[in-house]
Amino acid sequence: MGIEGIGARVARKEDKRFITGKGRYTDDMVVPGMKHAAFVRSPHAHATIKGIDTAAAASMPGVIAVLTGDELANDGIGSLICGWMIHSKDGSPMNMGDWRPLAQSKVRYVGDAVAIVVADTKGQARDAAEAVNVTYEELPAVTEAVDALKDGAPLIHDNAPGNLIYDWEIGDGAAADAAIASAAHVTRMQIVNNRLVPNAMEPRATLGVYDEAEDHYTCWTTSQNPHVARLVMSAFYSVAPENKLRVIAPDVGGGFGSKIYIYPEEIVCLWASKKSGVPVKWVADRTESFLTDAHGRDHVTTVELAFDANNRMTGLKVDTIANLGAYMSLFSSSVPTYLYATLLSGQYTIPAIHCNVRTVYTNTAPVDAYRGAGRPEATYLLERTVETAARELGVSPAELRRTNFIREFPYQTPVIMNYDAGDYEASLDAAMAAADWSGFAARKAEAESRGKKRGIGMSCYIEACGIAPSQAVGSLGAGVGLWESAEVRVNAVGTVEILTGSHSHGQGHETTFAQLVADRFGVPIDSVSVVHGDTDKVQMGMGTYGSRSGAVGMSAIVKALDKVEVKAKAIAAHLLEADESDIVIENGQVKVAGTDKALGWHEVALNAYTAHNLPAGMEPGLKEGAFYDPSNFTFPAGCYVCEVEVDPDTGKTEIVQFVAADDFGNIINPMIVEGQVHGGIGQGIGQALLEGTAYDRETGQLLTASYMDYTMPRADDVPSYQVSHTVTACPSNPLGIKGCGEAGAIGSPPAVMNAITDAIGNNNLTMPATPQKVWAAMRA
Amino acid sequence: MSKVELTVNGRAVSAEVEDRTLLSQFLRETLNMTGTHVGCDTSQCGACVVHVDGKAVKSCTMLAAQASGSEVTTIEGLAAGGALHPVQAAFKEHHGLQCGFCTPGMIMSAVDMINRYGGKLDEKTVRAELEGNICRCTGYHNIVKSILAAAEEMSGAAKVAAE
Repeated sequence: MGIEGIGARVARKEDKRFITGKGRYTDDMVVPGMKHAAFVRSPHAHATIKGIDTAAAASMPGVIAVLTGDELANDGIGSLICGWMIHSKDGSPMNMGDWRPLAQSKVRYVGDAVAIVVADTKGQARDAAEAVNVTYEELPAVTEAVDALKDGAPLIHDNAPGNLIYDWEIGDGAAADAAIASAAHVTRMQIVNNRLVPNAMEPRATLGVYDEAEDHYTCWTTSQNPHVARLVMSAFYSVAPENKLRVIAPDVGGGFGSKIYIYPEEIVCLWASKKSGVPVKWVADRTESFLTDAHGRDHVTTVELAFDANNRMTGLKVDTIANLGAYMSLFSSSVPTYLYATLLSGQYTIPAIHCNVRTVYTNTAPVDAYRGAGRPEATYLLERTVETAARELGVSPAELRRTNFIREFPYQTPVIMNYDAGDYEASLDAAMAAADWSGFAARKAEAESRGKKRGIGMSCYIEACGIAPSQAVGSLGAGVGLWESAEVRVNAVGTVEILTGSHSHGQGHETTFAQLVADRFGVPIDSVSVVHGDTDKVQMGMGTYGSRSGAVGMSAIVKALDKVEVKAKAIAAHLLEADESDIVIENGQVKVAGTDKALGWHEVALNAYTAHNLPAGMEPGLKEGAFYDPSNFTFPAGCYVCEVEVDPDTGKTEIVQFVAADDFGNIINPMIVEGQVHGGIGQGIGQALLEGTAYDRETGQLLTASYMDYTMPRADDVPSYQVSHTVTACPSNPLGIKGCGEAGAIGSPPAVMNAITDAIGNNNLTMPATPQKVWAAMRA
Repeated sequence: MSKVELTVNGRAVSAEVEDRTLLSQFLRETLNMTGTHVGCDTSQCGACVVHVDGKAVKSCTMLAAQASGSEVTTIEGLAAGGALHPVQAAFKEHHGLQCGFCTPGMIMSAVDMINRYGGKLDEKTVRAELEGNICRCTGYHNIVKSILAAAEEMSGAAKVAAE
């Protein structure tokens, strides 16, 4: 692997700018003549707009423009769309309600944008936004999905009767029913997966610049996928044709899914820049982020898991209601369907599975993918249910899982997925050994002597990454292909630039992608630059989400490197008068194997560009591009063990041990992979113990709209984590890698909840398991 | 309008600003020093931590006018003469950052913490002291590791200097 190649623990190239305050985030951008925007937002969860009076605001100091939804519509700017078509089980298409970038006749959640004010300073823009007089007629609101489905619930979109977006199913319902009817034991659970706010530390921001002379737009934005943003803004929102629109996502301060989507603010600021003749910057404050960033999760589910007399799983039946909020966000429809129900087999052989999903409009922020996206919901319900079943059946949780593990690969589940490789027992064994599972009884007794309730819980997760084979997702309703692109440019002096369609917002691509080149050509990573995040520099790419930058993004780079290698070897063979098949590239040298004939890597590069002596017919240059479309999803899996102590007097839970054993296939940079797992576990512990999004059920006001109300995990809420890896190489891509970005957030919540319920002896507990809830559950 | 005069990273600066201008805004918008970040506006996240007269302060909670006459150090002023501060170096070595947005505030808080405890830090203390700094990427594991490593190095260096 070399000291900087594949598998090396290389410190990150990108760190220096971040640790010295030289990162370049969207809010750091300044362009000549730049002005500031504030949005007028609905204070009501549901209301009709009777009138908007902008006169007072327009006359305030520093105000340049006050623009409303009618003007935006008159200029032909389109409505926001959901890009994944789901059909209900009766064959009808999903009911997509109209989402105007600036609301015109009606507002549907607190925070819905109504108008934009552009002014000289941020303060002036905000002052004037408060002076825009919008006359509302309030309507009854509904915030819970279950309530929205009830007769007489307020109707949010006219084209979605009963607030139902779709009623979808997967699997064989009759077979699952039959398995449950003939089961020796059935475990039944009601599962709530709590709504979360992603909370990337950098709030969303955008800077829209219209150049009248060139009739050209530039959009700086906090995006995980700038090319997708350009495509959607061009093709669907009619902001500008693609060749007239440049989207730049510079350093981005975390995403976790919430920065995949194209939000109203990007569209409106670009349009407002043309309309007002000045560059327009908008930066969310934290409360705007809470109100308007796409939220995550929010499922209510019933589960039935059937066992035969030998404790083998025979059938699983799941019925889910998912809250998608007031509008359908860009990929919202896919999350509670193909990213969720297709993972319900978990790590287990379950012959019959059926899942029904109803998605529902409510007067809340739109809900879309948040770290894990559907897979945490599937894992949580399955692993809570399996753990509960073990308790009911009187067997150890490990034994029940072992009895049901899938052991032969490839394995076709009843819910589309074809698992290509895995060894679930290996990660279970590794996690139990690391956690000293067998010593738990003694630790519990010792805790008891201190008056503490100690519990242990595990979770065995699987997820699907490497998203995704384009043809497969196309057949399931996706509006885009999910390949990735790369270009490898070898410069005349031998340095290398990688242009990638992936986007780094914390994942360390500038380092790991460079390691691929170091590994292949033996050049130092300092001579390799990674270029991403700018549609003018980089060819079309699909961006970063769903743990795809390794399995898909790096596979594209490998394909391009293959082509570069072939050409470099052909040039060297010609110059060294050797056969191409005898040429090897090692340690920055291009050599004839078994001889002392060699050229430096830089000499081959220079020859490619001088073109004085190339093989007959060969084009000059050393630059190759590739598009990689995966042949399958990848299937990271692992086992997490959590050990807790609960204070019976206060109900406070302390996590005293957290162990992760993950199988991500081959690993490029273990330091970065471990960091991804740490962060995911931190978010999963947040979901399990601390984070709950609360809307007032009557008024639809978001009660948790700042860090004083919404509990983010702090350093003293979480432990140090013990992270290790087992490896089964992924057979579906050239590097054998599976993806690691979401596993921590997927596997950890059920492990935590299984541990707490074990400690307190009451299984009836919902996330977040706050001290108040735990205290009450101990007394129920 | 208020006249604000202060020293930032050893350089004297002055400007006339709106009375309501926050120190964070003054640094970012008036001085164009964008290393100091704003993540929450309510003094919770700590991305905006700078040192004012040697103490860690959330610059989103202080008016620029209040800081007038003070000595302010920001993340841009921490690396002396191009050499990384031991805390900066430790964050890089131990992968104490991912997206980098909370990092300036984390590092400024960590320097202050190490100074106050004279290097006598343990994991529990570091975690408690980080109450005012939120990170969404790292799960804090490597931040804690970085701070402990830096504290050890700095107290080791201090011991050598004392001997």
